[in-house]
Amino acid sequence: MHQPTHDEAIAPPSAVPVASGRAIVVTSGKGGVGKTTTSANLGTALALRGARVALIDADVGLRNLDIVMGLENRVKYHLLDVLEERVALEDAVVAAKGMENLVLLAAAQAREKDEVDTEKMRRLVAALRERYDYVLIDSPAGIELGFKNAVAGASEAIVVCTPEVSAVRDVDRVVGLLGNAFKPRLIVNRLRPQLVKKGKMLSVADVNDILRLPLLGVIADDPEIIVTTNRGEPLALRNDLATGAAYRAIAARIAGEDVPAPMPPEEKETLFGRIGAMFGGKRS
Amino acid sequence: MIEFLKRIFGSAPSSSSTAKERLRLVLMTDHLALAPEMIERLKHDLVDVISRYVEVDRERIEVNFEEHDRALAMLANIPILSVNRPEPPAVPPSAPLASASDGVPAAGARVPPAGGDSGSPPRRRRRRKKPQLASAAPGSGA
Repeated sequence: MHQPTHDEAIAPPSAVPVASGRAIVVTSGKGGVGKTTTSANLGTALALRGARVALIDADVGLRNLDIVMGLENRVKYHLLDVLEERVALEDAVVAAKGMENLVLLAAAQAREKDEVDTEKMRRLVAALRERYDYVLIDSPAGIELGFKNAVAGASEAIVVCTPEVSAVRDVDRVVGLLGNAFKPRLIVNRLRPQLVKKGKMLSVADVNDILRLPLLGVIADDPEIIVTTNRGEPLALRNDLATGAAYRAIAARIAGEDVPAPMPPEEKETLFGRIGAMFGGKRS
Repeated sequence: MIEFLKRIFGSAPSSSSTAKERLRLVLMTDHLALAPEMIERLKHDLVDVISRYVEVDRERIEVNFEEHDRALAMLANIPILSVNRPEPPAVPPSAPLASASDGVPAAGARVPPAGGDSGSPPRRRRRRKKPQLASAAPGSGA
């Protein structure tokens, strides 16, 4: 069952650590654009590359990263247990299925976002950076304290945006709040190439004409994401899916590899799909 | 056949281009709200210019940005303390501008003298600048 990594004891959060890993906050402003799915898949994809990765669910009160990762039954302790020093960090993290180098620190479910102490959060992330190559922090929606706590220990930011006016506006706001210090980079999520082609959805170029951020990659609106989330198996593990490959390409880019930003493949247009789209707006 | 169906189903501007245009405008407003120091500088320069003609209450100036007919407008509310400026403006007063824009009289042109500077409440005047930051929507000049 619960298998804490029992290496050497981690420095307590109070110690001032020498940071080595990168702490990346995944944020968006707007809710429901896929922050948690993105965090789970990027964490998985980075771990597949052999990196040591810690995922932190910073959405206190609305814990979700554990269930998306399929780890809900293994979680015993949570972020606030660690921040409030009831449990040691190495006992609170849960290893991902079949991956020892990917761990999750779950959010507290029955607590409130404003119960997190920003300074303690900063020290926790700093402590994790000593032991992991990547610390991915899944931010809650909004720009209030929960967001600020999620950002507190981060050194860089990934912003997730869907091609919708509300999401773009919120990302713009979040990027304004973050400033250049976090070097925010963009993932356009849930793109539907067919709709873009018909002029019914903002294209990646449209979105980034407005946001003007370095583009990490584009993730298509893939029904398989729903299926894999149902099962709690991150899609990045799937070699047979273009979307899985897209997550892995984004991970490679995060790691500094010079690979092109993944774009969704042009779906084959069938006459049936076209007519269906015309009448019902359903995707082919 | 597809082209034919497309024609039937309307050739209005695509919703994505509408989305982009709306975003462009709304973010312009958002960004102005996010740059108070810019607005402070603008206020300062605006007052400097107006002060060449009338004495204004620098403490109580309000500058706001609003959307009108899909275009951005700047609204400045500048209380005038006195129109008695002993010194004529350095630049020659520009007659055409004075009566043309918006039917708003040029600063100081038709404000009745405040009967001396003392006691009387400051007069307020609305002054509107046409959008400079957005492309003016057709017919927004009214």
